[in-house]
Amino acid sequence: MDENIKYEKLRNIIKLYLPEDVSVDYIDIKSHLINDLNINSANLVDIVLDVEDEFDIMLENDDMDTMQTVEDALQIIDSKIANKNS
Amino acid sequence: MNDILEKLPYNKPFLFVDQLFKVNDNEVEGIYTFDTESDFYKGHFKNNPVTPGVILTECCAQIGVVCLGIHLMDKESTSESAELQIGLSSSEMEFLVPVLPGETVKVVSKKVYFRFHKLKCEVKMYNSTQQLVCKGTIAGMINPVQHV
Repeated sequence: MDENIKYEKLRNIIKLYLPEDVSVDYIDIKSHLINDLNINSANLVDIVLDVEDEFDIMLENDDMDTMQTVEDALQIIDSKIANKNS
Repeated sequence: MNDILEKLPYNKPFLFVDQLFKVNDNEVEGIYTFDTESDFYKGHFKNNPVTPGVILTECCAQIGVVCLGIHLMDKESTSESAELQIGLSSSEMEFLVPVLPGETVKVVSKKVYFRFHKLKCEVKMYNSTQQLVCKGTIAGMINPVQHV
């Protein structure tokens, strides 16, 4: 899957869980999900569940801890997809 | 099931669980009888006491999400006396029939998912004539307290 498509898909998921006062334009590859985008821990779980469905992968508790920024999330998605196909 | 009741982090006047009938990894059932002396009946409504929807929601959350969450965390954790930090994260409820002071209600809750410490459940509350009182979806975060 193209990296840009992956990023767009992730962005579309994150967008659903942004607080009302955070604009979609704030989402950047370097954005910290909690500190920059103000996403709370309950919504972070929803993002992970949506990511699992969208990319047909399964995340573990460790991945949740590692997934701090949008970039981290993309890396986790990449490695999970790679593992699945190997 | 008595273990679960003992671990509930509530006290009167904000404990809304009397007894559990059934607990497994996917569902829980319990009852509560609303105390006619509860303070909120003095003001909700003036001279016409009806149990507030927020209290029905709280009762559904305590039985349906917190009791089930304690059961699921017990299975996950190794230490017996692990303290839990609990928070409501979302609720979407529909209310169909009023509940009067002194009524006993039954809450039936089914797990939608329990992942990354978030427990989401479909809850239903019935009165003593088996009428559906309210229903909805409630989710909460349940984390072990980190002692440093």
